[in-house]
Amino acid sequence: MKILVCISNVPDTTTKITFTDNNTQFNTNGVQFILNPYDEIALARAIELTEGTGTVTVINVGEANTEPTIRKALAIGATDAVRINAKPHDAWYVAYQIAQYIKANPFDLVLTGRESIDYNGSKVAGMLGELLDLPSVSIIKKLEVDGDKATVEREIEGGKEVLTIPFPFIAGTAESVAEPKIPNMRGIMSARTKPLTIVEPVEVKTNSEIISYETPAPRGQVKLVPADDAAKLVELLHTEARVI
Amino acid sequence: MSVLIYAENAGGKFKKSTFEAVSYARAIADQNNTGLIAISIGDVSADELNALAKYGAEKILNVSNAKLKNFVNQAYASVIAEAAKKQGADIVVLSNSFSGRGLAPRLGVKLDAGIVDGAVSLPDQSGGKFHVKKTAFSGKAFAMVELTSANKVIALTPNSYKIVETAKPAQVEDFSVETKESDFKAMLKEIVRSTDKVSLPDAEIVVSGGRGLKGPENWGMIEELADLLGAATACSKPVSDAGWRPHSEHVGQTGIAVSPNLYIAIGISGAIQHLAGISSSKVIVVINKDAEAPFFKVADYGIVGDAFEVVPKLIAAIKEHKTLA
Ligand SMILES: Cc1cc2nc3c(=O)[nH]c(=O)nc-3n(C[C@H](O)[C@H](O)[C@H](O)COP(=O)(O)OP(=O)(O)OC[C@H]3O[C@@H](n4cnc5c(N)ncnc54)[C@H](O)[C@@H]3O)c2cc1C
Ligand SMILES: Nc1ncnc2c1ncn2[C@@H]1O[C@H](COP(=O)(O)O)[C@@H](O)[C@H]1O
Repeated sequence: MKILVCISNVPDTTTKITFTDNNTQFNTNGVQFILNPYDEIALARAIELTEGTGTVTVINVGEANTEPTIRKALAIGATDAVRINAKPHDAWYVAYQIAQYIKANPFDLVLTGRESIDYNGSKVAGMLGELLDLPSVSIIKKLEVDGDKATVEREIEGGKEVLTIPFPFIAGTAESVAEPKIPNMRGIMSARTKPLTIVEPVEVKTNSEIISYETPAPRGQVKLVPADDAAKLVELLHTEARVI
Repeated sequence: MSVLIYAENAGGKFKKSTFEAVSYARAIADQNNTGLIAISIGDVSADELNALAKYGAEKILNVSNAKLKNFVNQAYASVIAEAAKKQGADIVVLSNSFSGRGLAPRLGVKLDAGIVDGAVSLPDQSGGKFHVKKTAFSGKAFAMVELTSANKVIALTPNSYKIVETAKPAQVEDFSVETKESDFKAMLKEIVRSTDKVSLPDAEIVVSGGRGLKGPENWGMIEELADLLGAATACSKPVSDAGWRPHSEHVGQTGIAVSPNLYIAIGISGAIQHLAGISSSKVIVVINKDAEAPFFKVADYGIVGDAFEVVPKLIAAIKEHKTLA
């Protein structure tokens, strides 16, 4: 089985998010970038499913500065990597580039993360599905292979759906799909020499633009209620905050 | 030019988030002086369909086709895109639910439309532009997105727009479509409903527990408090990682992002990754025995105390409040 895992390069989860240029640019100063946590899960599952019987290619749309993240994925256990050499303008741009690559290089299964933790779109998987006319499930909780098809569990409000889908298809993994894998010494050594192909982007029209950012309004000072006076809290929530 | 709203149902009933999306779509139609068409797919009764009129739908398209009884994002996206084309709708609105997240990207591609996923505000259309605010960086920020395409798809974050009743006279029409075989490759085997409890992304009140609760055996009081308030339960990441609670309850940067009216955090320290997913809650209450816990810095109300003493008292106080009310 040949699996493609789409990986994104995102700010570390501890990053305090700030902006520059009159709140139009994300301030990357001093920010550490990491492999998107959900993509680590997709990668871990892909490695489990191909152990000894297939290959896992990772693909990233990004400029040269994403290479440490790509090498991390290779260290974790991907077979090879592709970088489409462009700034990822938005999910549409990313999906379009990756779809072009897949059309020329078909895979049995394409995995993404359920969302990137920076722009949180959950869009790339569905867009790839549409661009390739293949089934897609944006958020899966479980993925099992059964011959030429897979059984997946899809998250829904208050439960789950169980689906069977023939290969090839696209799915976005949530955390219960696999445990992330930590690279070992051998992986780290071999990552340096595993193939990384750089592909130039194709031109694509954009249809959305982020024009500014803001951070949530700060909250006022916390009102503390004595530990033995829960009734006071209930009263405040009822009469002042009006939420119960 | 008109606005099309996809009215998502769960087991034949429209959800609260659907009515929020209809109210939101009505407001967009009013901004543009145009009509609002709703589309429902699946097995939904006439009464239930008519309920959409209460929130401002003028025309209600009912797609009731045995093949489309259950949600398949690929096939549903084809139906909604076809309806948008036939009805001349240039703005498609839906809820940013789990299903909505499977539909919006496919619709965007089919309609050559820019997408705002996770919208939290009405569009600002001043100066002929189209700007919509969405959450970004897992709730740590908002981004203003400009859509530059002629067609637009907007997926509204649940609990971010108030339901508004604006009854319009409405008519229900059957809408039939040709389905194509290749849209049905994914086959639904079963739907498993975990409980009949409130689902976390839709909940108006969330009661959340952290590692301070020591172990899964202590969740009884969390559930009791949640039941009393009609709330959903949630937890911090280490709690679900340890298997004390299911992963579907984990909120935060790498879990579910919620925006309830009230978020009650019990025995949770308030790490930056946890706060990311809950910071758009309207009111935050923190119960923690450590007065220095970072969570107090972002809370509206707090109790410094031992959860095992405070929560039972809170339960009693709410029971009392309810009998008086
Ligand atoms: C990549 C990454 C992603 C992450 N994503 C998330 C995420 O999405 N969501 C998330 O929640 N975390 C996430 N985390 C973990 C996060 O950094 C914290 O470790 C986690 O939120 C802490 O959980 P906690 O507050 O339950 O536990 P702790 O930090 O152990 O805090 C327990 C709290 O309980 C209090 N307490 C103890 N006993 C009592 C008592 N009897 N009564 C009252 N209070 C008591 C303590 O004072 C303390 O404040 C992530 C971490 C990483 C590295
Ligand atoms: N620049 C990128 N390159 C490759 N894959 C990406 C990129 N951005 C996002 N993805 C993939 O798409 C998933 C969903 O991203 P999003 O739609 O932005 O939430 C991520 O988890 C990645 O798997």
